[in-house]
Amino acid sequence: MTSMERVLTTLSHQEPDRVPLFLLATMHGAKELGLSIKEYFSKAENVFEGQLKIREKYKTDCLYPFFYAPIEVEAFGGEVIYTEDGPPNSGLPFIKDIDSIKTLEAPKVSESKVLHKVLKSIELLKQKVNNEVPIIAVAISPFSLPVMQLGFDKYLEIMHFRKDLFQKLMQINVAFCTDWANSQLKAGATAICYFDPVSSSTIIPRDLYLETGFEIAKRTISSLNGPTATHFASGNCLPIIDLVAQTGTAVVGVSANENIAEIKNACKNKLTVLGNLNGIEMRHWSKEQCYEIVKNTIYNAASGGGFILADNHGEIPFQVPDNVLQNISEAVLIYGQYPLNIK
Amino acid sequence: MKDLSLLSNELERALLTLDKDLAEKVILNAIKDSTPIDVASELVSLSLHNIGYLWEEGKLALSQVYMSGIICEEIIDKVLPPLSKTRKNQPKMAIGVFEDYHLLGKRIICSCLRASGIEVMDLGGGLTTDKIADIVRKEDIKILLLSVLMLTSALHIADLKQKLSDTDVKKVVGGAPFRLDENLWKEVGADAYGKDSSEAIEIVNKLMEA
Repeated sequence: MTSMERVLTTLSHQEPDRVPLFLLATMHGAKELGLSIKEYFSKAENVFEGQLKIREKYKTDCLYPFFYAPIEVEAFGGEVIYTEDGPPNSGLPFIKDIDSIKTLEAPKVSESKVLHKVLKSIELLKQKVNNEVPIIAVAISPFSLPVMQLGFDKYLEIMHFRKDLFQKLMQINVAFCTDWANSQLKAGATAICYFDPVSSSTIIPRDLYLETGFEIAKRTISSLNGPTATHFASGNCLPIIDLVAQTGTAVVGVSANENIAEIKNACKNKLTVLGNLNGIEMRHWSKEQCYEIVKNTIYNAASGGGFILADNHGEIPFQVPDNVLQNISEAVLIYGQYPLNIK
Repeated sequence: MKDLSLLSNELERALLTLDKDLAEKVILNAIKDSTPIDVASELVSLSLHNIGYLWEEGKLALSQVYMSGIICEEIIDKVLPPLSKTRKNQPKMAIGVFEDYHLLGKRIICSCLRASGIEVMDLGGGLTTDKIADIVRKEDIKILLLSVLMLTSALHIADLKQKLSDTDVKKVVGGAPFRLDENLWKEVGADAYGKDSSEAIEIVNKLMEA
């Protein structure tokens, strides 16, 4: 099977030849090319080459031209801070005064130089792999983007006490997210990873999700021209999993803090489960640990398809050594062949 | 103070329904039979501790912990102004976000400590190793609470520990990477790790008694 066939089979809740592996390594491409992280993300061609090298080396079943989370606020005029050994991070929120939301305008994707880099890397990848490998692009949910736009504390305060500003910001962000996600799909992305950590049950209660993140996800996902995977970036989702399934998404990214078997059971035939290797602990895994953890995760969640092995955060830390990624990849080939050899 | 656990239940209910007026009424009524500092360090501290614990148990969400903290901080600041002499006699304490600007965790801990009657200097976010080292020396900080969201920032705490090796400051850390790897706080050389606001209050109280 090609990677695309393998992934499509599991998404239809059937067993492919083996468990698909999504090694969501965004920064390891810089190492492969001998570039600094800042230099690596400065050109579409670097990410294109880096992603191809990662796929070749680790036999991952997707390409993941995700640059860094704050690229969207960079398009709004926000600051991005680079470090030598981690993902570029957002600087101080660019919305200083919450009342300025009333006059805030979203950037047009077609006019944004930074977003254009991402689109170009997707186009290059699509030309290279055509329909053989899924290309997973990223859009931050309209409901989660405000953490970087105005800061978490101010955001929670407008969510609770300034509903006029909250609604206005959601209107702007839904339009932006739709434009951004559809532009990436048009450039050749197969699916959109809809990052929505604020909706996770770690951050907001179910009732508030039902009123806010759920409605926004339904509205946004229905206006996208391709499938989505909703990712809570290490946040918990079991208490809202029934609602997540109603947003129209196909896949859910699961935290290492949750029981993958329980999640799989709750998602059965409704959502494909993506996860949930602990990216932080992974830094120190021995070969034996890699094999044991991959085997247990697969045996707990992969029966019947509807499962993709990945990390729990949607971004593997730069500090994870290459040999760990190699061992994970080997373990999938050993333990992930269908039918699973569960004793 | 009359029946602490009954009052605490009432205060928790008010906080979790975001009923600021009721929360204020409960606190002000408690002060009638006690003193502001006792109400802060016993009643408010207990309620925020319980709320933090329920988050840890997965029964509440972080937004509820945050909103509870800021409501209590606002009320306690009225009856027990910051830097007031009636606040606790305590070692000098500071809190900040190391290297990034994800301020929520810091804000929650800061509010919970202040609402419990503990004075803490808020250093803000985006703090570098050099900046923190300067502040610790200049202000003679004895307890330093650091919040991080990114793994990279957490790992850089080891460099900060080196820089502060000639001081007696205790470094207490918290944040998402530490929750995903419970050995990480030892790896970076911190003195303690608080999983949530309830643990942070406990750790600070222990360090103040030491």
